[in-house]
Amino acid sequence: MNWELLGQLLVNGVIVGTLYGVVAMCFVLIYKSTQVVNFAQGEFLLIGAWVCWALLVKFGLPFWLGFLVTLAFMFAFGVLLQVVVLRPMIGEPIISVIMLTIGLSIFFQALLSWIFGEFVKPFPEVFSVDSVTILGLNVQPAYIMSLVISLAIMVGFFWFFKYSRMGLAMRATAFDQQVAQSLGISVKHVFALSWAISAMVSSLAGVVIGMVNGVSSALSFYGIKVFPAAIVGGLDSIVGGIAGGLIIGILENVAQFVDSQWLEWGNLYEIVPFYVLVAILMIKPYGLFGTRDIERV
Amino acid sequence: MSQPAGAATAAPVLAVNNVEVVYDDVILVLRGVSLEVPKGQIVALLGANGAGKSTTLKAISGLLRTEDGEVTRGSVEFEGETISNRPPEEIVRRGIFQVMEGRRIVEDMTVVENLRLGAFTRRDKEGIRADMEMVFEYFPRLRERSGGLAGYLSGGEQQMLAIGRALMARPKMLLLDEPSMGLSPLLVKEVFAIIGRINREQGLTMLLVEQNANFALRMCDYGYIMENGKIVLDGSREALMNNEDVKESYLGGGEERRSFKNLKSYKRRKRWL
Repeated sequence: MNWELLGQLLVNGVIVGTLYGVVAMCFVLIYKSTQVVNFAQGEFLLIGAWVCWALLVKFGLPFWLGFLVTLAFMFAFGVLLQVVVLRPMIGEPIISVIMLTIGLSIFFQALLSWIFGEFVKPFPEVFSVDSVTILGLNVQPAYIMSLVISLAIMVGFFWFFKYSRMGLAMRATAFDQQVAQSLGISVKHVFALSWAISAMVSSLAGVVIGMVNGVSSALSFYGIKVFPAAIVGGLDSIVGGIAGGLIIGILENVAQFVDSQWLEWGNLYEIVPFYVLVAILMIKPYGLFGTRDIERV
Repeated sequence: MSQPAGAATAAPVLAVNNVEVVYDDVILVLRGVSLEVPKGQIVALLGANGAGKSTTLKAISGLLRTEDGEVTRGSVEFEGETISNRPPEEIVRRGIFQVMEGRRIVEDMTVVENLRLGAFTRRDKEGIRADMEMVFEYFPRLRERSGGLAGYLSGGEQQMLAIGRALMARPKMLLLDEPSMGLSPLLVKEVFAIIGRINREQGLTMLLVEQNANFALRMCDYGYIMENGKIVLDGSREALMNNEDVKESYLGGGEERRSFKNLKSYKRRKRWL
């Protein structure tokens, strides 16, 4: 057995898993506060990565500036998307809203490949590509940065929802919109804000992945990977999203290990997350961290 | 009945003028309701189930909009400005805070988080801290459980939290919707006592909707009685408590108790006509 490969894959699993976790968290954020299942989550990564790429390559901005402009752009984009496209859909049947987000997903994919082309475009080198060796494992600096950024985002989310005024307002809105309104919270603002945060943070993940793998429409597959992550976690739990992301990330890599060592089927890692999803939902229908109502005794 | 002249003291801080409310564009729920709430007083709004009491409160607080209701005629005026059909968040900022029926605290948040939510419209950190201290003074039980999840509080504690949360907004006026609902008689007494204390000590104007007419009448300054979406009777506390009809239908034990048989036949006749 190839222990070194296993270790390497586990490390990859954790790194990719935290990224899944971040995107799943964003997905859950929208679902929780606006009850919309956003099938265009993956496109947020894609748009963010392309915008950042364009700013760096076409406009020659320095990395940090381009990065910040991308975040600001995605925040505004999230608000705009909610106000223009999703707000008129409030009160419509859930299936219409789902069809709408699927439509958005296809639209943005097409739009972006029309603008930027079909091929993978590499990011300008921001971090050295040479791997560093930590505990005998090779890790790319970009991956380390990705891990740091992901963890920072998670801590930021925790702080935001636990202590900030707007974060509390968003939780209250997720719990009961009428109550939130009775407290003076504008549900419209909360909706727009959750799309904005979700788009912004997802794009961050998109940029990180783009820096390692190059930017192409393949990035939006992360949006699909995020479903098992979010559902395993319970769909309405932010912590669950993170845990689900980690589980899916690690499982994928373990599956790859098993596949490469013994089975040699080729792409076991692509389907394993979905098998696990089914298995977990059979045992825990609410997911690992899903809400069950508080019952007073 | 009589003109809503109010308690005839200071100019009313809230005036509801002949308000008509329609739900879903078709269902007429309030048919011309008028009432006045003078500053610093407790005004009670009594009536049976479905009389339109909660709808009246929601017409004032703007929450009607969240239920597809609309004020189609008449106006609600607060401090001399028309606020009918304004969004609820604006009305909260103007100083009217509704404590909704059934407590409606955020169950998956702690007591302190619920209280902080109440202060959503405020940004003065010092004032918020002071007011949280004040809420804990009024409701010492909340302090004991301040770190616990609100969903695990008892019904009485949840009602206290709902009222405390409202105080955190530092409102000019409180709309209380059935604060006694689902509480034991002992707790009802306790909650009403605190409501009365808050009214006296803070000078907070209150409009109180209740089915528990006994308690509500005893603590209010002025009362209105609603039936079928209309105000049918109003008067000062003394006038209402001595009114035979009120005694008969709301307080129980009028002078001459009509027999149950008569009451039934009366109802039966009405139904078949």
